[in-house]
Amino acid sequence: MSILVIAEHDNASLKSSTLNTVAAASALGGDVHILVAGSGCAAAANEAAAASGVAKVIVADNAAYGNQLAENIAGLVVEVAADYDYVLAGATGNGKNFMPRIAALLDVQMISEIISVESADTFKRPIYAGNVIATVQSTDAKKVITVRTTAFDPVAASGGSAEQVAIDTASDAGVSSFVGEELAVSDRPELTAAGIVVSGGRGMQNGDNFKLIEAVADKLNAAMGASRAAVDAGFVPNDMQVGQTGKIVAPELYIAVGISGAIQHLAGMKDSKVIVAINKDEDAPIFQVADYGLVADLFDVLPELEAQL
Amino acid sequence: MKVLVAIKRVVDYNVKVRPKADGSDVDLNNVKMSLNPFCEIAVEEAVRLKEAGKVTEIIAVSVGAKVVQEQLRTALALGADRAIMIETDNNVQPLGVAKLLNAVVAKESPDLVILGKQSIDGDNNQTGQMLAALSGMGQGTFASNVELGDGSVEVTREVDGGLQTVSLKLPAVVTTDLRLNEPRYASLPNIMKAKKKPLDIFTPEDLGVTLAASVTTLSVEPPAERQAGIKVASVEELVDKLRNEAKVIS
Ligand SMILES: Cc1cc2nc3c(=O)[nH]c(=O)nc-3n(C[C@H](O)[C@H](O)[C@H](O)COP(=O)(O)OP(=O)(O)OC[C@H]3O[C@@H](n4cnc5c(N)ncnc54)[C@H](O)[C@@H]3O)c2cc1C
Ligand SMILES: Nc1ncnc2c1ncn2[C@@H]1O[C@H](COP(=O)(O)O)[C@@H](O)[C@H]1O
Repeated sequence: MSILVIAEHDNASLKSSTLNTVAAASALGGDVHILVAGSGCAAAANEAAAASGVAKVIVADNAAYGNQLAENIAGLVVEVAADYDYVLAGATGNGKNFMPRIAALLDVQMISEIISVESADTFKRPIYAGNVIATVQSTDAKKVITVRTTAFDPVAASGGSAEQVAIDTASDAGVSSFVGEELAVSDRPELTAAGIVVSGGRGMQNGDNFKLIEAVADKLNAAMGASRAAVDAGFVPNDMQVGQTGKIVAPELYIAVGISGAIQHLAGMKDSKVIVAINKDEDAPIFQVADYGLVADLFDVLPELEAQL
Repeated sequence: MKVLVAIKRVVDYNVKVRPKADGSDVDLNNVKMSLNPFCEIAVEEAVRLKEAGKVTEIIAVSVGAKVVQEQLRTALALGADRAIMIETDNNVQPLGVAKLLNAVVAKESPDLVILGKQSIDGDNNQTGQMLAALSGMGQGTFASNVELGDGSVEVTREVDGGLQTVSLKLPAVVTTDLRLNEPRYASLPNIMKAKKKPLDIFTPEDLGVTLAASVTTLSVEPPAERQAGIKVASVEELVDKLRNEAKVIS
């Protein structure tokens, strides 16, 4: 069996979600190869080659892949996939964008966001906002799968020494082009990979008050998250949304502040190891999943918490 | 310009779905069904483009059993001009839906196809990308802004680190994210008018599409339940518990 993992990276470095995806690939058993498609992506390819359990790294370094445009990546992967039984990627923004396109071009169904590998053709995945876990079996000859990265412990980032092979296909589908991007710059750990996440909801009242969350997050070296209500109200940017239709996180510690605990929010954080809820409404559903609940006004709690950390 | 909007009938988002006792499937007896929230946003975006004078016709399309007519009528009441129902009692998987939609695209030659990013029942997030692949169109997924131009469309997309803008040649596929717009409610007069708007019915055979289900659901189960926790009385107690009991902070 041979497995192709598509790397998540920004050309300069490999994203840790790739290491979780390699872990899922290793659970399938077989040779694991990584495809690094990018532009000026040698540094990311070197990191991929150092990852533990990787036999080979295929590097497609071409301007057409610089911005991970789905149309171009899919054209490339479909060619490379000819030699593989599985194509895997993390269920990240990029993975969700190009993987279904790859599956359709290969004329196979796709399996989204697996949380476990039961056997070579059987997987578990959450449906209905995580209220139900389905066990699904695929009879497709080639299996195209995205991996919920929080469900697989990452392989070690070092220790491997995979050979690197460059390929020089340039697949520009010619239907899309990159115009620009606005990426949040932050010194904080990445939300989906952080050990501690502190999230605020509508109870924060405005964007300025998120400074209170920031102060606590600084003390804990934590990432910051938010509920959809906080994002919709414009308190914080969209990339902070945790939930069914936002980011899935599973840190060691998740602190939910002024968040009621709607099922769509729980879907994104209820696999966290320890959950703390701070809410002034003792009946808020968030307390049903919290290990430690504090019924209090967040405007009293946050400064005090910061002081005690 | 002509816009095709694909819509899906799903369990209402307020319903907490549970597996059946025998674990064979989810229990959907007597639960409220609605238009998938992302599809509402898709319809709304098409209607706004029409109101802005950029679009002349909106066609709503849905794949499913006879009951999906209800959601098609909703889309007509919200402002779609006509509807196409692809009737099948089978549970069609995303690749199958994409093939059927692709057949409709071939018939109707729309300039833009708008879908939701994700159906909240299967949480697949696949169909739009698959349709784009099959039809050779560019894809603007997870859209938070759509600027329709003459031969192209600029789509601002929600990506992991923030926002990305791409330009796509028309025809193109767009899938909606939550912040694209705030959908309106259908007014009573519009609901009445919608009853008279045309709704064509096809079968997959009519469209020359054979459906294969290569992924089967073997069983369903509830997720692991979390242990009920405790309430702490003060910040001091909380910090103590996190340090000394849970040992998640130092
Ligand atoms: C299709 C769809 C997808 C969705 N996806 C997501 C998703 O991915 N993520 C997500 O989060 N939501 C999602 N939602 C929205 C979800 O249903 C809820 O509306 C949302 O999570 C509510 O956010 P909230 O808890 O911040 O706000 P609210 O429900 O308004 O809760 C605010 C909480 O703050 C508390 N509070 C207020 N003031 C204080 C104070 N001073 N001190 C302490 N506590 C205080 C209140 O008691 C209350 O419990 C989705 C909805 C739909 C329809
Ligand atoms: N049966 C269907 N009929 C029409 N459109 C659908 C159907 N299933 C999915 N779609 C469209 O594809 C989007 C994404 O669905 P999914 O890939 O299942 O998450 C939905 O929001 C709809 O716009």
